[in-house]
Amino acid sequence: MEIKAGSRLACPDCTVELVVVKPPSGPVTLTCSGTAVVEATADRPGAGHAAAEGDGTLVGKRYADEETGLEVLCAKPGPGQLAADGRVIEVKGAKPLPSSD
Amino acid sequence: MNLSLLLEMASSALDDRTAVVSGDVSLTYAELDAAARRAAGRFLEMGATGVVFCGTNDVSFPIALFAAGYAGLPFIPLNYRLGVEQLQPLVEANAGAVVIAEVQPVPGADPAFTIDRDDLLDPAFVATTDVELPGFVDPDDVAVLLYTSGTSGTPKAALLRHRHLTAYVIGTVEFAGAEPEQAALVTVPPYHIAGMANLLSNMYAGRRIVYLDAFDAEIWIETIRREGVTQAMVVPTMLARVVMHLEGEPANVPTLRTLSYGGARMPLPVLEKALVMFEGTGFVNAYGLTETSSTIALLGPDDHAAAFAGDPVAKVRLGSVGKLLPGIEAEVRHEDGSILAVGEAGLVFLRGEQISGEYDGGSVIDAEGWFPTRDRGWIDEHDYLFIEGRADDTIIRGGENIAPAEIEDVLRRHPAVTDAAVVGLPDDEWGQSIAAVVVLGTAGSATVDELQSFCREHLRGSKTPERIEFRDELPHTPTGKLLRREVLADLTT
Repeated sequence: MEIKAGSRLACPDCTVELVVVKPPSGPVTLTCSGTAVVEATADRPGAGHAAAEGDGTLVGKRYADEETGLEVLCAKPGPGQLAADGRVIEVKGAKPLPSSD
Repeated sequence: MNLSLLLEMASSALDDRTAVVSGDVSLTYAELDAAARRAAGRFLEMGATGVVFCGTNDVSFPIALFAAGYAGLPFIPLNYRLGVEQLQPLVEANAGAVVIAEVQPVPGADPAFTIDRDDLLDPAFVATTDVELPGFVDPDDVAVLLYTSGTSGTPKAALLRHRHLTAYVIGTVEFAGAEPEQAALVTVPPYHIAGMANLLSNMYAGRRIVYLDAFDAEIWIETIRREGVTQAMVVPTMLARVVMHLEGEPANVPTLRTLSYGGARMPLPVLEKALVMFEGTGFVNAYGLTETSSTIALLGPDDHAAAFAGDPVAKVRLGSVGKLLPGIEAEVRHEDGSILAVGEAGLVFLRGEQISGEYDGGSVIDAEGWFPTRDRGWIDEHDYLFIEGRADDTIIRGGENIAPAEIEDVLRRHPAVTDAAVVGLPDDEWGQSIAAVVVLGTAGSATVDELQSFCREHLRGSKTPERIEFRDELPHTPTGKLLRREVLADLTT
């Protein structure tokens, strides 16, 4: 599956939904607690993950894979944990700023 | 990613929290999202190629903006204050767009394609046939088309793509980070980049957005108290009016955590008075341009507080626009293109994901991705960015570059002066000579000689205006930018 900027992805098993902020530099398999994410469709989520580890995926957080440059924004949260080709991808550091608007 | 995804996320996470309030009308995040989706279907059914918005701030502005996003159509807010001769060509340039109107008829608009803005609130304003919203909107599509205020001539249409605006919002705002009681008061108009950025940032943060359709100092203060407003943004002319209205009394707005300002250069005397009147409120100076998706540099509350406490270094920095946002790079270049060292003034170039630098007709971004702001400025050794003003406004007198703002700042410090504008006049000997137009307040009087000696005390002799005229007021745009070409025309005709 091609991961292009702006596309909506989802975990077939749990409630996690993502939007691609930056596409990866090359082919990469993006998984949510081991299950490959798919293009968001109506017939999901499924039964959830048998064994989800970590804090899950949090809404509004950005997750970036340093190796490929892939960056996704979590649009809907869920218990699954994101990984790119098996590497766990971490929350991109928050940048707290005073409100300018 | 698509601008309207920001609302979709806020709606699913915040649901029945109030999103926007205007007069007696308020919408929750879920209601705003539903209204935007309904209108998006209707716009697509009509075959619209864009969404023009012509009106003041109210709840229909966010509905129309996010409806355009959901439909994958560009959103085009127009300055409703423009005269027929100026407004009509802008409307006609966007033929095919549906026109959302506060007042009808809109010059140049097809009545059959014009919609009363109150209709957007009607649950019956929906597609009558089966219309599916595009699930995927290309981040490279134009999200917003903004006509720049055109202080130097004909307005230009700046294009902001979905990726520019969303990069700004997700890069600077913590999603749903606001506590439920937080509220933002918005008085900048929808057709201004600050109005657009205000809406997107506050909505993504989860704040209640309180709209005033027109600025009035007394109503602004009353609204902060009544609505428990925690965040507000003003342009300098608004803050000047608030300061004048308060007449030295404390503002008495304990809920107000931050007051941000931007859009034009803030006169230091106004800021110094406001810091006293708004004790307890954090001040933020935000610098940005339409073409940079709003803010790219910030001077924060700590810097303001340190200056207020008398720290001499912080006092100098009060004249800066602060530090660049993370992810933004700046370069200061000489007119010949060479890169200047720290502290040297020149042309400011910017680079970053939120920077569009594109107009209807072409991009001005160079091969390395740098956007020429056409502002002159410099960066100090601690990365604070100082902006002198527009490069086009720079006076070149006898080969010396002189920023009008520097002289204006000095004139405004004179106790009798409330406003000042400095321009260059053609001069056979020097190339240009310096002229100032000054507005005197009620607090005293000053003669031309007195003002010239006052300038000589604070500036070099070569920066002292050769000619000073008095006027009752200066020409400004509605959002506070000085119209220098009108000042110049006044002096040369």
